[in-house]
Amino acid sequence: MKKICMLLALVLALSMLAGCGLAEAASVSTDGSTSMEKVIGALGESFMNENKGVTFTYNPTGSGSGIKAVSEGRCDIGLSSRALKDEETAEGLVGTVLAYDGIAIIVNPANPVEDLTMEQIAAIYTGEITNWKEVGGNDAPIVLIGREAGSGTRDGFETITGTAEKCQYRQELTSTGDVITTVAANPDAIGYASLASVKNTVKAVSVAGVVPSEDTVKDGSYAIQRPFVLVTKEGVALSETAQKFFDYVTSPEAAEIIAAAGAVAAN
Amino acid sequence: MERSKKRVEAFVHGVFLILGLITVGFVLLITGYLVVSGIPAIRKIGLIPFLTGAKWASTAAEPSYGILPFILTSVYGTAGAIVLGVSVGFLAAVYLAKMAPPAVAAAMRSAVSMLAGIPSVVYGLVGMMVLVPGVRRLFHVPDGASLLAAIIVLAVMILPSIIKVSVTALEAVPKEYEDASLALGATPVETYFRVSVPAARSGVAAAVVLGVGRAIGEAMAVMMVSGNVPNMPSLFQSVRFLTTAVASEMSYSSGLQQQALFSIALVLYLFIMLINAALNFLLKRGKGD
Repeated sequence: MKKICMLLALVLALSMLAGCGLAEAASVSTDGSTSMEKVIGALGESFMNENKGVTFTYNPTGSGSGIKAVSEGRCDIGLSSRALKDEETAEGLVGTVLAYDGIAIIVNPANPVEDLTMEQIAAIYTGEITNWKEVGGNDAPIVLIGREAGSGTRDGFETITGTAEKCQYRQELTSTGDVITTVAANPDAIGYASLASVKNTVKAVSVAGVVPSEDTVKDGSYAIQRPFVLVTKEGVALSETAQKFFDYVTSPEAAEIIAAAGAVAAN
Repeated sequence: MERSKKRVEAFVHGVFLILGLITVGFVLLITGYLVVSGIPAIRKIGLIPFLTGAKWASTAAEPSYGILPFILTSVYGTAGAIVLGVSVGFLAAVYLAKMAPPAVAAAMRSAVSMLAGIPSVVYGLVGMMVLVPGVRRLFHVPDGASLLAAIIVLAVMILPSIIKVSVTALEAVPKEYEDASLALGATPVETYFRVSVPAARSGVAAAVVLGVGRAIGEAMAVMMVSGNVPNMPSLFQSVRFLTTAVASEMSYSSGLQQQALFSIALVLYLFIMLINAALNFLLKRGKGD
């Protein structure tokens, strides 16, 4: 029995090693934020087009996961849609801002509310305002849709609006797409989602009179925005391909691709 | 000749033994892993505060790890699904096993099998797109993602197991029992409910326990319809189950939070072991009858 177990363990360990070996061949792996999907996907695609034979992979797991993956060496570059925390930089992780993303406050298209102030948004999410009529809408209860704890979008939203740990969510969904679908299906819902992902099935309200758009995010006038960060590990050299990818996405040429994907390039 | 035959026999025997042991090995591995990784958080938090704490805020500055809302939600959700699923499933099984004309029964059986084959994410998706807005409109609540929506989805998901096991149990009732009852002047319906069902009761009980097991372990479908907020359970509130508590936070967790998720998994595992033990007990008793 013991021998059999040992043998099995050995076979398993060997097969894992083999898996690692295959991934080494001219590839760059990224892992993390689901909000960065569009941006990193577009960058990866054009990188592969310019460098034949190179494989680019993106594992959409969420910012926390991506940071963990890079610190454990499970991917080349981690993707985080929030700035790194002090404890993460203390672990030797380095964040490089790739782009800025606006977080749109979305409501159902049938909702007459067009504009909310930052204070109103905070009051809505903390449960002080519970009816749409208090902010100029219909007489209907406000349904708060949010993301799961640990989501970069949630962290960004709660930090910017100062509502961390105080939000009275009706639903905590695990992806940007779920939030958009749910808000599109409920006329009384309000949610937040990455500006780049907002579709016309929902309506993005303006915040204190500023309509969320690439321009207002870039000039800083739209207040609810956050960084898209590339996470690497200090002292661990990137593979040649990964370094090439890193240089490529932070170069000015990549700005156009990032803009086309709905975010605002930092470089 | 004789010797080589024996050798082949021994070889085949060995291969089968190894294959069997692989299964056992996985069970032991998973159990061991869960216990080893689930205990530290419980020791740090304390068993009583962990199991009876009403507040779950794992990412707060001052985290609080109470899983009572999850336990109660899982228990209520499963109980609700069983009440709905068993009433429909059991009566459907009686119809299928005893009353349905052969053609109808065949069509119904294949429909039940198909229901069993639908992936849980599809149940979740349909629930999210149809059931959740439906609950909102029907009951005039602000939002339809709720314990009720989860109960309905779970009830439909456990129907196939309940129907199949009940049908098998009902069909195993010796025909002589029913014939005797009919000969004594009982109507067919009286016979089914007074004779067949009591004779098949341990099998039907096993069907119920199997349904409980499936319902309590389901994550994907309920995650899509229940709203996932760690509230104390209430029919029209957004709730989080034991399974979804693990699934929704696992991907980005770290430190004590991650350990606590393993502890939740351990609690869930113990629940399921308990249900399995109950199932085995019922099946054994059924054979003893």
